[in-house]
Amino acid sequence: MAYGDKILDHYQNPRNVGALDRNSENVGTGIVGAPECGDVLKLQILVDENENIVDARFKTFGCGSAIASSSLATEWVKGRTLDEALEIKNTDIVRELALPPVKIHCSVLAEDAIRAAVADLKAKRAARAGTAESGAGVK
Amino acid sequence: MRVYLDNNATTRVDPLVLEAMLPYFCEKYGNAASRSHSFGWEADEAVKKARQQVADLIGAAAEDIVFTSGATEGNNIAIKGVAAMYADKGRHVVTQSTEHKAVIDPCKYLEQHGFRVTFLPVDHWGRIDLQQLADAIKEDTILVSIMHGNNEIGTLQPIGEIGKLCKARGVLFHTDCCQTFGKVPINVQEMGIDLLTCSAHKIHGPKGVGALYVRRKRPRVRCEPVLHGGGHERGMRSGTLNVPGIVGLGQAAELCRLHLDTEPARLTALRDQLWSGLQARLDHIALNGHPTERTPSNLNVSFAYVEGESLMMGISDIAVSSGSACTSASLEPSYVLKALGVGDDLAHSSIRFSVGRFNTEAEIEYTIDRVAAAVCKLREMSPLYEMVQEGIDPSKVEWAER
Repeated sequence: MAYGDKILDHYQNPRNVGALDRNSENVGTGIVGAPECGDVLKLQILVDENENIVDARFKTFGCGSAIASSSLATEWVKGRTLDEALEIKNTDIVRELALPPVKIHCSVLAEDAIRAAVADLKAKRAARAGTAESGAGVK
Repeated sequence: MRVYLDNNATTRVDPLVLEAMLPYFCEKYGNAASRSHSFGWEADEAVKKARQQVADLIGAAAEDIVFTSGATEGNNIAIKGVAAMYADKGRHVVTQSTEHKAVIDPCKYLEQHGFRVTFLPVDHWGRIDLQQLADAIKEDTILVSIMHGNNEIGTLQPIGEIGKLCKARGVLFHTDCCQTFGKVPINVQEMGIDLLTCSAHKIHGPKGVGALYVRRKRPRVRCEPVLHGGGHERGMRSGTLNVPGIVGLGQAAELCRLHLDTEPARLTALRDQLWSGLQARLDHIALNGHPTERTPSNLNVSFAYVEGESLMMGISDIAVSSGSACTSASLEPSYVLKALGVGDDLAHSSIRFSVGRFNTEAEIEYTIDRVAAAVCKLREMSPLYEMVQEGIDPSKVEWAER
């Protein structure tokens, strides 16, 4: 299969490869896929106090299209709020990278990874709020 | 630099083969079946010579050779043709789970037409168990079809012992020898082979031509044809003979025979150079298939925590193939690797390298460098490798998507 230029570019020069401190309360981590299926995407986001995504990182086990989809997702989430990040749809990724039909699942995984990272961050925030409230109650 | 290491898929035509073929396009273009003029006679002479050249490589008589369009056709004639001819005697066939699709699918076709087929399992090296084979042969078994060398993992089956067993039990033995014809010594008499499939394009001959050995004596094997027509090739394969292709097959077979003492050893050395070079540079890699009982040309390696297709993209100037699902439309990883018990994760991470006559030591060194660099780069971006570095075994993680 011949690859499109954008897939090749992201594969050869992947944006934002790496890891953020997953224990930080300002970091949300999403891991989706499974090794048996040939794809595992890990996407992490770093937010400021206003819930703006200021940084993102990924690591991906998967084909070139999965790597390109993850790389693109990290580019797109940066500068968005959490809710704005959830507006990114897999079809946008398919269109941008010109993914062939057999690779659409790569874009679905990228969308899932964004959702999982946002959900992780929101859960952390909710837990912190809960702790703060219950803490107040003890006082 | 471009390096071709996909010689189990197909090979470059040897210039000596092409040279032998060329006169049969524009000068000696007669139909080998034309008995009444010299154009036909010279074509027939060329076919006769090629028949002998093919026969000599496997210890057969020239009259035992049936020319085909390639191994898929040869396997179809052998399996469906024998089944149709001997259906009154029995309706059971034994084969194995790691055969090429050109054997598996004709067997499945038979299953849809009133036959039983036993697909023998293989061990973790890809070898069948001879006792299991013996147990699988029943009163109504008419054919055993077991390949010699596997196309994906290179594992060799003990076809001499299988042939002996089949002979003792009075069952016909067919073997697909595409990957070993011309690379591993084969003798149909000593090995008790009744039908043997081979192909020209795996041995630096042209595509679209192959041969089927069909034993004529002790016992005389008969096959219903798949193609009906003018009754060429003892009635087993009608159709005007592909004279240039057949000349090419014959020449390719002869070149293999002349160098059988040295060339397989050279291929084996290149293969082993590649394996030891990769092992010296990379951890977490595993050989698929048998460590020693394998074809000289084949090296199949799983690079853990790196997906095969992405690795192929990273070494795009080196031609290899992968057991990864991503290289096929099916989204299923290699059924051959699965039959060995290789996990789906490692099947997705497998690459087949296969060497041929025109590969050099320098190309192998270059390949080792390129593969090692690509694997390291991809592992840096692999979440699975990151887990391993942190002491977590990815195979023990509860993955959401199964």
